[in-house]
Parts: sequence; structure tokens; C-alpha cells
Amino acid sequence: MLANYGYQDGSGEYFITIDTEKCNGCGDCMETCSAKVFVVAQEDPDDPMREEPVAMVAPDKRKKVKYECNPCKPSINRPPLPCVQGCKTGAISHSW
Amino acid sequence: MAEEKKSEFWRWTETNWFDPRIDWKKAQYVTVGIDVGSVSTQAVIMTDGQIFAYGNMRTGSDSPNSARKGLDFALEKTDMPQSRIDYCIGTGYGRVNVPMADRTLTEIACHARGANIIYGPQIRTVLDVGGQDMKAIQCDDKGRVTNFLMNDKCAAGTGRGMEVFADLLGVPIVEVGERSYQVKQEPPAVSNTCVVYAKSEATGLLRKGWSTEEVLAAYCRAMAERMYSLVERLGVTPEFAVTGGMAKNRGVIGRLMPMIGLEPAKTKWDTQIAGGVGAALFGYALCQKGKGRQKK
Repeated sequence: MLANYGYQDGSGEYFITIDTEKCNGCGDCMETCSAKVFVVAQEDPDDPMREEPVAMVAPDKRKKVKYECNPCKPSINRPPLPCVQGCKTGAISHSW
Repeated sequence: MAEEKKSEFWRWTETNWFDPRIDWKKAQYVTVGIDVGSVSTQAVIMTDGQIFAYGNMRTGSDSPNSARKGLDFALEKTDMPQSRIDYCIGTGYGRVNVPMADRTLTEIACHARGANIIYGPQIRTVLDVGGQDMKAIQCDDKGRVTNFLMNDKCAAGTGRGMEVFADLLGVPIVEVGERSYQVKQEPPAVSNTCVVYAKSEATGLLRKGWSTEEVLAAYCRAMAERMYSLVERLGVTPEFAVTGGMAKNRGVIGRLMPMIGLEPAKTKWDTQIAGGVGAALFGYALCQKGKGRQKK
């Protein structure tokens, strides 16, 4: 499942997508993210049949990902995002 | 002060229903899904994966109480005692406030699963328009979510907005769809779906001499456009179904479908119960897997 967390407003689309098929719930994303955007849930609230833990964007961060992610996203010479790079299974992607 | 007589134009009818053909005493598992939304609460009782009874009512200001009242309302016409329930799942915006829930799930999973049952397994895209938010969901033939999108930021253009408009214009909510088509020419959409701004814009249009029907048409179109912008981002794979209370509003759905270019799927069930149906089904699946409530 592609879980899209974020929003669309007048200035653009701000979504962090976690591919739960790829996510193994290891929690590496929690450690790489300085803004603590990610959390790992033991039970996926979107999929009751799933057996393993899953990463998701913390509920209190979902309405402000544009601002939370800003420090990692300079407008010029943007380095690879730590969360995207830190995820060994490549489950995380950003829309902006 | 003169006595003010105010009708509640937003008020929709609360319903409960049960299937007299089903004998619950023979059922192996009785599971319940309680979908406590921001505006409405549905309790759906299923016996071995069959819809046995449901109740659909307004949430009110007390969430735990409305979950209880919703369940009582669903059971009202049946002779099933509450103690017969094997598993209960809470879902929806107020899911943390369902006191009898054994587990909670998000409404995203439940609506996809529910649409799979009430509309059929051919459904691939579900748009749930609830009281205060809307979600676009893609799912497979088993009702499993493959992709979802929810606009977390704003509740504009949802069911509650329609209620505010019905009240403002003095049109009973069930007539909004019909009345919005009683216009000579389709007016342009109101530029704002934000309920607060749209309300003041509508007041302005009324002062300009627009008829009630024209204002309704303009607002229905604005809502349809907003729904379209959400599903467009996710992409629409046929078949397409709308769940939630807004699916009952012909004025909005009739304007949305030509934009998408599809026919809406039809169902004999109440579109608002999709979340509750999904929750009850997940409960049934968990019971079957032996992950049900631990017997004391």
C-alpha cells in the first residue's frame, strides 16, 4: 500500500509516501530524521491483516510536513534526503 | 422578544434496519463495526460476514455516548443482546472514543473494505466524503488499500459544509440535490469552498438577486470541483464509487461524474455505512484467524 501523508494547499503538494509493501518496520527512518517526522507503529491501523510493524508519518506532523522537512530541502544544491537515503528498502519518497 | 421559530434544515433522517431473514443465533461470530465520524455515527452488526443490522445517527457532542447510542440504535429492532457480540472494531474520526471497541482501525482501510462489499469487488477507486474530510482510496478486488490520499489540511467542501448551506438557504438537506438542478442555466461555481468564505459569498450572491437554486447549484459545483481535484491527483481507475453521506447528494455527484467521465457505481445499501461494514468485516476476519477477543 502506498500511504500518502501530507496535504495540498495553494502553494503546492506536500506528500511523504511510504510504500508499506517495502517497509519492514525497522525504524531507521526515525533515527535519520532530525525533525522526528516518522514513527513506527506495531500494528498498522490501515491494514489489520499486517503482521509486522510499519513506519508512518507522526499524526501531529502530517499537517506541517512542508515546514518540518524544510531544513533538509535547501532550494539550491539539495543533498539527498536523509530519510530517503537512510531507508534501506527504499520505501520512502517525497512529492516535492 | 418575539418567539423565533427555526427549522433545522440540515437535519437528515436517522435510520436503523435489520435483516429478518438472518438468524443471529446460528451465527458463529457476531462482529460489530462502529464508525464514529465527526458528524454521523454508524454501527453495523454482521453475522459471519453478512450485514445483519445497522444504525445510522448523528454523532452529537459526546463521542463515547454516541458510540453506545449508535449500537443501541442498531440493535433496537432486533432481539440480539449486546453480550452476544464477539468482536467490536471502532473506526472513524472518533474511533478512540468507542468504549466497547476491542481494536481501532483507520476509516481508510474500513471504507475500502466496506465499498468492496456494498458496491461489489469491481470497485478500484473509492472517494469517501464524510462530514469533515474526504479521502480518495484505491483498492484491489479484495478491498485492500493500495494507495490513499487524504487532504489533512482543510475540511472545505464536505458534508458539514453542505449542512451549513442548507441551513443558510432554508432548504432541507435531502432536497439540495434536486433543487440545485432547478436552474435555467448552470451558474459558475462559487470561488471558495471554505465554508466560512463560501457562506459569505453565497449571502452576497443572494443579495445580488440570485435565486436559492442558483446559489445551491454554484456551491454543489464548487464541491464537485474540489472532490475532483483530490481524486485526480490519485488517478481514477474504474469502477468508481462514492461512500459517505455526500454520495446521496445528486447535485454534487451529478456534477462530479462528468468531470471524471465515468458512471457512479450503484448500491442498494446506505452509502454511509461503508466504514462500519468494513470494520465489522475486519473483525470477522480477525476472529476467523483466531485473533478475536480472548475468552475469559
